[in-house]
Amino acid sequence: MEILLAMTIGLLYAAGIFLILRRSMVRLIIGLILLGNGANLLIFLLGRISKGKPPIIPEESKVFLDAYADPIPQALILTAIVISFGLQAYAIILVKRAYRVVKTDDIEEMITTDEI
Amino acid sequence: MIAHVVIWPILLPLVSAIVLMFFWNQSKIQRYITVLGHGITLLASFWLAMRTYSGDILTLNAGSWSAPYGIVFVADALSGSLVLLASLAAFCVGLFSVVSIGQGRASFGYFPILQFLLMGLNGSFLAGDIFNLYVWFEVIIISSFVLITLGSEKAQLEGAIKYVTMNLLASVIFLTGIAMLYGLLGSLNLADLSLKISQSEDNGLINTAAVLLLVGFGIKSAIFPMYFWLPASYHTPPAAVSAIFGGLLTKVGVYAMIRVFSLLFIDDPFIRGILIVLAVSSMVVGAMGALVQQNIRKIFSFLIISHIGFMIAGLGMFSTIAVIGMVFYLFHDIIVKTNAFMISGLIYKLRGSFRLENLGGMYNRYPYLSIMFALALFSLVGTPPLSGFWPKLFLLKASFNDLNWWIIGGIIAASFLTLIAIIKIWLAAFWKKHPNYAEAKKRIVWYDLPKIQKFTILLPIAILTFVSLYLGLNASRVVEICQLVADQITQPSVYIDAVLSNPVNQP
Repeated sequence: MEILLAMTIGLLYAAGIFLILRRSMVRLIIGLILLGNGANLLIFLLGRISKGKPPIIPEESKVFLDAYADPIPQALILTAIVISFGLQAYAIILVKRAYRVVKTDDIEEMITTDEI
Repeated sequence: MIAHVVIWPILLPLVSAIVLMFFWNQSKIQRYITVLGHGITLLASFWLAMRTYSGDILTLNAGSWSAPYGIVFVADALSGSLVLLASLAAFCVGLFSVVSIGQGRASFGYFPILQFLLMGLNGSFLAGDIFNLYVWFEVIIISSFVLITLGSEKAQLEGAIKYVTMNLLASVIFLTGIAMLYGLLGSLNLADLSLKISQSEDNGLINTAAVLLLVGFGIKSAIFPMYFWLPASYHTPPAAVSAIFGGLLTKVGVYAMIRVFSLLFIDDPFIRGILIVLAVSSMVVGAMGALVQQNIRKIFSFLIISHIGFMIAGLGMFSTIAVIGMVFYLFHDIIVKTNAFMISGLIYKLRGSFRLENLGGMYNRYPYLSIMFALALFSLVGTPPLSGFWPKLFLLKASFNDLNWWIIGGIIAASFLTLIAIIKIWLAAFWKKHPNYAEAKKRIVWYDLPKIQKFTILLPIAILTFVSLYLGLNASRVVEICQLVADQITQPSVYIDAVLSNPVNQP
């Protein structure tokens, strides 16, 4: 499972960076989304994967009897997903507005702010 | 209540923002509340800063979960000072916005978003937990995205595409670094991480995480070679927005770098070597970029890049003197850069253009104002006794102690090139005769403004110029504070003890 996840994460990062380097704005956004998902999966993987061990103390005991799943990475991912959802929604609207105003999808043509 | 002073600079902007949103369509009331809200935040920040200057490190465990398990807010002298300066800069920008931001932007939430931006800034200065730092960074960038695109002019949208892409990328890289640190060490609290890194053996992966954080913060603070988004976007929004961006947003990246690297990775000669190379390149490249530009705001944008290099150089050397110079430079730069962008806004109001070839005759027409501008602009260069001189002196002294000729050469070259860029602005905007004043005068609204509005625009610039003069002329007091900061930064054990040994705070 770890190997599979690690390969997926690598693939997501690679695809994300490849898409960011393209000239089209839509691909840029998709690239950013893939990168964000890759990072979330990475946190998930690095929090160690365990199966069926919720971090809940049974009612009759005072401490954990067994190894348990780390809840922190899941809390982190939840936060990161919500944040990236907001940012991506914003970025998509921005691209749409920019497309309407600049009338091109090509980032190479957006160079007026770089002129001296 | 008093024990919670640490969190007030975060809560007060939040409260102001919420109050402002109740007056969504009444921009006149919003303008008053903005100034009031920023004023109260400034007072709270001043109080917090004064308490940190006694040498204590104040902490607050959120929800009374003791560190390292809960989220902790920490205010040492560095955080306290930066919160104070951020609140001061935001107060001045808020005041400047009252008149300079038009009805159109105000009715789409400019003022509440400005408060949210300040909340994010203060939050990231006070965060004692690396994931919490990430969340505050997101608060900052989402607010800054709104501020930079509000108005939807063509240039703004083009600039925003670059700004948004690079900032999102930086966040993802930062998050990857956090994930690696958590996977390796199992903690997110900065103090706890610092302890665990000093005990760990696995240097290869920790260095990878360090470089990821360096790249993430490097993009945010626009150091060489990750700075191209900055001059492409900072000159597109209104001057008030450029002012708070130029003064504070890149400095948050620098602050995060100082905090994370001084606590976690600074012992590593590999990291310090990278920092010094990046610093010297930023100094020289930024200053050279400033020379060719014709737009005042783009000149200042490139100077931001150059001057970030000075601070990173201090971090790379990391002797006590270097840290004093770095912290002093950080204080000076926040004030002066905010002021410089506001001055460019005022020049636009007075002369109707940001471009040097369309400007001129300022000194002839407004001699007293020009003197004030000169004080602000030349403290950017570091002409003694203005505020830019002292930190450069400390940084040069530190680099002579290390005999690091690259940094010595970089500081001298960058200062000299900055001087040329400032002289270029001075000659073109102030001394040269205006090329076509009769034509330009039609576009200028300044003369129609009532006196009180003119005063409101001039007051924040006067305040910041005064603070900058104070930093320069009363440098001994500032150096004392920087000395305190340097003592706390160069001995991470002080910070670690304060955070980890703190009992759960009293209700």
